[in-house]
Amino acid sequence: MFIINCPFCGEREQSEFKAGGEAHIIRPKQPTELSDDEWAEYLFMRKNIKGVQFERWNHAHGCRKWFNVVRDTSNDEIKAIYKMGEKPPVE
Amino acid sequence: MIKNLRVKTGKAIDETYRISFKFNGNAYYGFKGDTLSSALLANDVHLVGRSFKYHRPRGIMTAGSEEPNAIVQLHDKSSRTEPNVRATEIEIYEGLEASSQNCWPSVKFDIGGINNFLSPLLPAGFYYKTFMWPSSFWEKYEYFIRKSAGLGKSPTEPDPDVYEHRYIHCDVLVIGSGISGIMAAKTAAKNGFKTLLVDEKPNLGGSTIYQNSDYFKINNQNSCSWLEKEINEIKKLTNLEIKIRTSVAAYHGYNFLLARENLTDHLPVEQRKDKTRHKLLKIRAKKVISATGSIERPMIFDNNDRPGILLSSAIKKYADFFGVACGEKNVLFTNNDSAYETAITLIQKGIDIEAIVDNREEIDSKLLYEVEKNNIKIFKGYTVTDTFGYKRINKISIKKLSKDGQKVVGSKISLSCDCLGVSGGWTPAVHLFTQSGGKLKFREDDQVFIPNTYPSDQLSIGSCAGDFTLDEILINTPKSLKEFFNIKNTEYDNLEVISSTNKSKRNIWLLPSDKVLGKTKSFVDYQNDSTAKDIKLALREGFRSIEHVKRYTTTGMGTDQGKLGNMHALGIISETAGAKMGELGTTTFRPPYTPLTFGTIVGRNVGEYFDIFRKTPIHNWHEENKAEFENVGQWKRAWYYPKENENMHQAVQRESKAARESAGILDASTLGKIDIQGTDASEFLNRVYTNAWSKLAIGKCRYGLMLNEDGMVYDDGVTTRLGENHYIMTTTTGGAANVMGKLEDYLQTEWPELDVYLTSVTDHYATVSVCGPNSKKIISEVIPDLDFSDENFPHMSFKNAKIGKINCRVMRISFTGEQSYEINIQANYGKSVWEKCMEAGKDYNITPYGTETMHLLRAEKGFIIVGQDTDATMTPIDLQMDWIVSKKKYDFIGKRSLYRSDTIRKDRKQLIGLLTEDPNEVLEEGAQIVADVNKSPIEMLGHITSSYYSPNLKKSIALGVVRGGKNMMGQKLIIPMEKKNINVTVADPVFLDKENKRLNAKL
Ligand SMILES: [Zn+2]
Repeated sequence: MFIINCPFCGEREQSEFKAGGEAHIIRPKQPTELSDDEWAEYLFMRKNIKGVQFERWNHAHGCRKWFNVVRDTSNDEIKAIYKMGEKPPVE
Repeated sequence: MIKNLRVKTGKAIDETYRISFKFNGNAYYGFKGDTLSSALLANDVHLVGRSFKYHRPRGIMTAGSEEPNAIVQLHDKSSRTEPNVRATEIEIYEGLEASSQNCWPSVKFDIGGINNFLSPLLPAGFYYKTFMWPSSFWEKYEYFIRKSAGLGKSPTEPDPDVYEHRYIHCDVLVIGSGISGIMAAKTAAKNGFKTLLVDEKPNLGGSTIYQNSDYFKINNQNSCSWLEKEINEIKKLTNLEIKIRTSVAAYHGYNFLLARENLTDHLPVEQRKDKTRHKLLKIRAKKVISATGSIERPMIFDNNDRPGILLSSAIKKYADFFGVACGEKNVLFTNNDSAYETAITLIQKGIDIEAIVDNREEIDSKLLYEVEKNNIKIFKGYTVTDTFGYKRINKISIKKLSKDGQKVVGSKISLSCDCLGVSGGWTPAVHLFTQSGGKLKFREDDQVFIPNTYPSDQLSIGSCAGDFTLDEILINTPKSLKEFFNIKNTEYDNLEVISSTNKSKRNIWLLPSDKVLGKTKSFVDYQNDSTAKDIKLALREGFRSIEHVKRYTTTGMGTDQGKLGNMHALGIISETAGAKMGELGTTTFRPPYTPLTFGTIVGRNVGEYFDIFRKTPIHNWHEENKAEFENVGQWKRAWYYPKENENMHQAVQRESKAARESAGILDASTLGKIDIQGTDASEFLNRVYTNAWSKLAIGKCRYGLMLNEDGMVYDDGVTTRLGENHYIMTTTTGGAANVMGKLEDYLQTEWPELDVYLTSVTDHYATVSVCGPNSKKIISEVIPDLDFSDENFPHMSFKNAKIGKINCRVMRISFTGEQSYEINIQANYGKSVWEKCMEAGKDYNITPYGTETMHLLRAEKGFIIVGQDTDATMTPIDLQMDWIVSKKKYDFIGKRSLYRSDTIRKDRKQLIGLLTEDPNEVLEEGAQIVADVNKSPIEMLGHITSSYYSPNLKKSIALGVVRGGKNMMGQKLIIPMEKKNINVTVADPVFLDKENKRLNAKL
């Protein structure tokens, strides 16, 4: 169980948070213009990498805010945390 | 005759305090401080159980948590019983009763023992190969296997003990209180770190605490005396907490560890009352120091499992610590110097040693010279080739090893003995380290895996880091601590150390025998009965990965996780397959390090504390009026209100009729309520619901359907426009939290530009729903100031009102198809409003109804329940609810998915109504729907989702989902049940009042 440094509350136990899957998948502005394949790409396709992954997390049992986490899935090391709308850090 | 094998006083024993106990029905006594195993050995009891597969007699093998054989069942006078307790760990208490676990009918006469003679038929993978087919025989096999091999009996009564969980935050956690752990804890605490020291044993000091000889000295004192002083000093440190009988079970990432503190298991039963039995410590440490020590390795030779064969270090501990001689004629068998330490102890205690058999040829060891001085015969370059004695070892055969150690040569020598101590060197206890994600490296010199890279802020010291001798520990530990704490010096920097161990070792994983391999039984995993032969067979059958070999042979899969034999298994695989140990890697060590009781894991979360109960503000009324309750999520909802001797069916029939014929009243407080405010509130609703919201007038209500982005129905409910920028949304009872979360997600991440604020107000309001043709009369009496005329207050509208001085919101909405009013009022007033309605409805036979009647009434109207009639694969189109999907709106959540190739398939499962041929036949929810029962296999078209007997229609009605059901109106289908086939006809899902006349009906 790791510790997440909520950008609004500070360090809290992982059990207070809810994982929200891959980050930076933007909902298409005009879904009706998309082909089935393009829509399916948005709807279903998610990365599941062993290594550094960009993820969304929600402080569900705290401030309820969503934010982004860069996590190494192989050892749960958190490399960066940044708010929604902020630019992801470049390595 | 019972022998007494107590020698000079053991360190841990209080001989003035006698404790009596029973083992397998026989009465014995021991002393305060004894473990069950030391007390049994003192009474000359070695045979404690039977092996898992061959049912061979097995004896106590170790003196610690690595014990594979001495696993017992504990009982007490009540029905309390506990399986899988290690006799080496349980401290005896007055009245203890234990029995051997793995034997039937008794440990001395064991039917399964016949497996031993059948053993050529029981090779590796035997269970997989034999009991798998024919599968219809499995039930018979299972009975036999369970009875003859069972791993203890589980208790049949609820656990009477109390368990707790506790969080601990500390700067430094030190695991293990051996000499290096003590040094680490003292150094940490003295440098200002808040420190926690834990040890699984009841005493501190590890193995050094009984190292009492001139061969091991620190600053001119025997090492045990030096360590005792250190322990006395650390007990005075204020920022050091010490916990004994506390074993770390799991070491997770971010230095999060779980430990079990055992508080009462060592106490006499009557002293345990009102005390917490075990505490699960959830430890979050900034730094962790593992000083977990090492486990002595057995040796792998023919018949190496007889009772009376123990680890050499265990024999030493029993003598030193408990004052117990494990035998009267002892032989030690070793490949390193450790056995000589044992020998010196036995000499000191006056216990007879027949001989020492040493694999090594030339040994320059001070310890060995000391032993030789005592005229003890040492066979150098020899190995044990066989042992004899069924229930207790009585003889061994030894032979000379060839130069390369691959063969035995020369003639056989027989030695009689009643105890054989074996030492195959030491294996660092790196289990917790690897659990934490640490990587090991293989040290070729002495064939051990030691910690290499640390995944978190942690350190391994002492023998778990590969420092086995006193001088290595005392030189390396301070060095490591200085670096770890970033400090200049420790008080251990200039110790004078005398350490006499010669580090040489002759490591042979599988010792040679004069028999062919097929004829030997050289056990690698004692608990699971896997032998060297089994491992070789697995390799011959093509298994290569150690994880596969492990599962096929079950090596290391017992409750001890192969703490003793895993290294030998690896060694044998390495030699047989010609692969390097370092490249093979180890199998994965998983938590818990030693088994935990279920009680420890669940702590206080049992019975009524298992989960939270949510009760509505009107709950007490329901209870007083004898309602039966049903769990809906965490809510307790009134299910039905039986009168006199009514059963559920009778009560529901009565309640349903009353609601349609006069008036019913329902506690709807559990529905989720979300307050929505902001200038973009209407736009927000447009995006989250399938229908349009911009044109909804203030004071009006609208039903909405919410989809997931994949187009599947997610939730539904009525939302009311309270003001220009103010709505109140209701959600399903079970979906409230998820809906709130989902809406927040979209607001925060997809549409941060929208000016919308969401507040969950579910608990803030009570909701009383009055329905039926007389509802208007009743509600007018409760709120006399409001004009309830249809013109002023039509269906699907809302009014602010007052009951006395209290503001409330009244919605005219209906989930039953009847004229219906919902009063929402601040939660505290819920019960009094309910009672007012009951009072006002007296003359109209107002009838409280529960969720079951609510479900029936809505089914008559064909209203869906999300989660009952839908299952995350249903679109609104599948539900025949096309009317609610806006064609005009450019976008809403899930819209695009409604015309994916899959969602427009004509043969999707679609919601339909079903009527039975026999109107009294009520279908079973979940039953399959088919068209043709003669086709094989029968094609399943769908299933029943809701089914009731409708007292208002006087017939059975059902909702279901059927492939292509929309176009099957009037078609005959079949519900095949166990005893009969039921004929049904596809019908309109709206069974009652299709024209919605009842919503405005006047009586
Ligand atoms: Zn937060």
